[in-house]
Amino acid sequence: MSDGFIELRNIRKVFAGVVALDAMSLVIKPGEIHCLAGENGSGKSTVIKIMSGVYQPDGGEILIDGKTMPGMSPIEAIAHGVQVIYQDFSLFGNLTVAENLAMNVHLGEKRRLMNWRRTRAIAREAVDRLGVELDLDAEVASLPTAGKQLVAIARALMSDARLIIMDEPTTALTRKEVETLFRIVRDIQARGIAILFVSHKMREMLEISERITVIRNGRKVAEGPTGDFDEALITRHMTGGDILNQPYVWTPPPGPPPAPRLEIRSLTVPGKCEDLSLAIRPGEIVGLSGLLGSGRTDLALALFGMVPRYEGEILIDGAPVRLRTTQEAIAAGIAYVPEDRLTEGLFLPQSIKRNMLATSYERLAPKLVIDRERAEEMTQGMVRAMQIATPTAEKPVMQLSGGNQQRVVLARWLLTDARVLILNGPTVGVDVGSKAEIHAKIRELAQHHGLAVLMISDDVLELVQNCNRIVLMHRGRFIEDLPAAAVTEETVSDRLKTFT
Amino acid sequence: MALLRRSETVIAGILLLAMVLIGTINPAFWQLDNLFSLMRSNVIIGIMAMGVLLVLISGGIDVSFPAFAVAAMYLTIKGMLALEYNGVVLPLLAATIMGLAFGAVNGFFVYKFRMIPLIVTLGTSAMVRGFLLGVVGTSMININKMPTALINFGRTDVVSVTKADGTTYGLTAMVLIYLGLALAMHLVLRHTMIGRSAYALGGDPEAARRAGFDLRKTIFFIYCVAGALAGFAGLLHSGMIWLANPRDFVGLELDVIAAVVLGGASIFGGRGSVLGTMLGVFMLVMVKNSLIIMRVDTTWQLVVVGLIVIAATALSAWRDRRRAA
Repeated sequence: MSDGFIELRNIRKVFAGVVALDAMSLVIKPGEIHCLAGENGSGKSTVIKIMSGVYQPDGGEILIDGKTMPGMSPIEAIAHGVQVIYQDFSLFGNLTVAENLAMNVHLGEKRRLMNWRRTRAIAREAVDRLGVELDLDAEVASLPTAGKQLVAIARALMSDARLIIMDEPTTALTRKEVETLFRIVRDIQARGIAILFVSHKMREMLEISERITVIRNGRKVAEGPTGDFDEALITRHMTGGDILNQPYVWTPPPGPPPAPRLEIRSLTVPGKCEDLSLAIRPGEIVGLSGLLGSGRTDLALALFGMVPRYEGEILIDGAPVRLRTTQEAIAAGIAYVPEDRLTEGLFLPQSIKRNMLATSYERLAPKLVIDRERAEEMTQGMVRAMQIATPTAEKPVMQLSGGNQQRVVLARWLLTDARVLILNGPTVGVDVGSKAEIHAKIRELAQHHGLAVLMISDDVLELVQNCNRIVLMHRGRFIEDLPAAAVTEETVSDRLKTFT
Repeated sequence: MALLRRSETVIAGILLLAMVLIGTINPAFWQLDNLFSLMRSNVIIGIMAMGVLLVLISGGIDVSFPAFAVAAMYLTIKGMLALEYNGVVLPLLAATIMGLAFGAVNGFFVYKFRMIPLIVTLGTSAMVRGFLLGVVGTSMININKMPTALINFGRTDVVSVTKADGTTYGLTAMVLIYLGLALAMHLVLRHTMIGRSAYALGGDPEAARRAGFDLRKTIFFIYCVAGALAGFAGLLHSGMIWLANPRDFVGLELDVIAAVVLGGASIFGGRGSVLGTMLGVFMLVMVKNSLIIMRVDTTWQLVVVGLIVIAATALSAWRDRRRAA
């Protein structure tokens, strides 16, 4: 007998000879908040798809309410109350909130006609049940990420759900939005609905969940009440080893202080940020945080020549530069790793090599013809230096893990001999293991290559650990400039919470 | 919905402005006979635009409908002549079914092979036109041979006015057919699940699949309806101009797509309405008509239509980006 609502027993799943899951067991009790933790590629999404009937296991069994469910289909899973909220929410951006909410009801009833009054009534009920404010007539595309997530949750709740699986629900949310989400999750739980959080963000897992299951390489490696875990333990289980977390220390070289690598003097982007002054010396890693819309991304874009109409001065190594285009920014030695590396930074179907060389072709082909040998040499060197896990640089970037993709972007900029590196959310969507490696790489670049790094992030811990200074931004202005050694994650988070 | 309504208000506003402008340059524009003739010119393009709207909403594009229209029209009239049949309803039905069958071929390739609709419809368009001219014939069927029932049907007027000089002019009853089909399309798009599934498909195909829409049904429905409307419009057209020309409708796809995009439908799918499309059709027809009145060369008309497509698409792309932001 099992006391779980849904139970996976010794599940095995093989894709084209590769074992994705092996002897995977997981019990979710009615009404509990459970976390499934694991790095990217550990088999988390396969577990979700097996629980929701999208994949059929090759071995083992699924039990719901103690009864085996052989060959469970997605429709059966939904009928038994299993709902999945995918990372992309699976919403229709071109339709209204109301229609998105009511769509599944209409489809379930196999209706032929669309009754708008009923659509609104269904949607109203769904939103009321969740206890949130949502404009039913708004187009979903016009909502912020957190709003879209609310629509997806409200939709999942409509179908008498007993378990809601959330796939990386906090990835694109700010700290404040995460808190709202957690409040809603606890509300849902109070109604006896179980929640499965699938994530690799340890602090959030520890904060919200009651029980944790950790998987690595398709196997369960640990399970137990959340109280038995701490960050280090989860990390150890997820990665199979310890990750050192030493704060970054920057000591100015002896003698007269060096000129700042990057200096901005009363930089203003009309309507976005105002009167910003900052100097970053070689080897410094300066963190920048603030709520979404605080102007932090606008600052980054201005520094990368994407906001031609800025006011104020930008100096690189003491020399004033004017950055009206990205070409000018690159020529000035500025490198920018964007927030969403997938859509902004990489050519996914193209090879690692082409992605790495994307900004270096001009130098590789002084006489119109590409110097192939040198291109090969540069790529190979970078693959080694960045420790990108790939047999060949010809592999398409989309076949790499998130961490490796991020390293390709970094490699690209290193090849341009950048002197200033601007990172916007450098480890968003990257698992713990790769995250530590990326951080180590960034520190190394600053320390040994004398780069000035500006690291923009929502992940306060990331900033506290890797920066020697943290600048807080709010409503387009710098509010504070804190030495990282003097602050903890809590003090910075608390300070950010006072910004509204 | 408020946003959508707003984009139609904008189109209506621009239309009104253009009418005032054209009316100032050429006061004859406001005369009743010119307005009647304008509305008459709306009918065929408008009916075809309904099909193109449906395809655009679903995220596809259709350039094969002029070929389907001409094939359905020419084959039906050839058939009528061979069988010595003189009627209206059955031939219209036959042309519609022929168009529907052609459309099903588009639907098959788009669904089964997940092909890009532009390529599929370019291919079927070329094949159908080639087949028509190569196998069926290249000769025009003039008024002296045209079935009289079709001609009489095509010249039916709702109202007719006699001018001071004794000549009469009227508003063709075909406008009612256009309005009826437009209303039907509006009801389908707004109030049926198959219509909503077209929007869902155009919004996010993957989400539509996950939500449990039967996409095979949706895709076949979309391309069959587009084909059927084209076939119907083709035959209606020959009844209105008393002529069946197997080389007709060349380049019409540009006009119709321009009209639909002008009417606020997104070229990327997911957005568009019947009312907007009707306004877009009216605007396009009016602009072309005024160019003719102002004796602008037909080659320059092409330039204007091309400009309209690009400007309207750029505007709607800009609008969609702003909405998503």
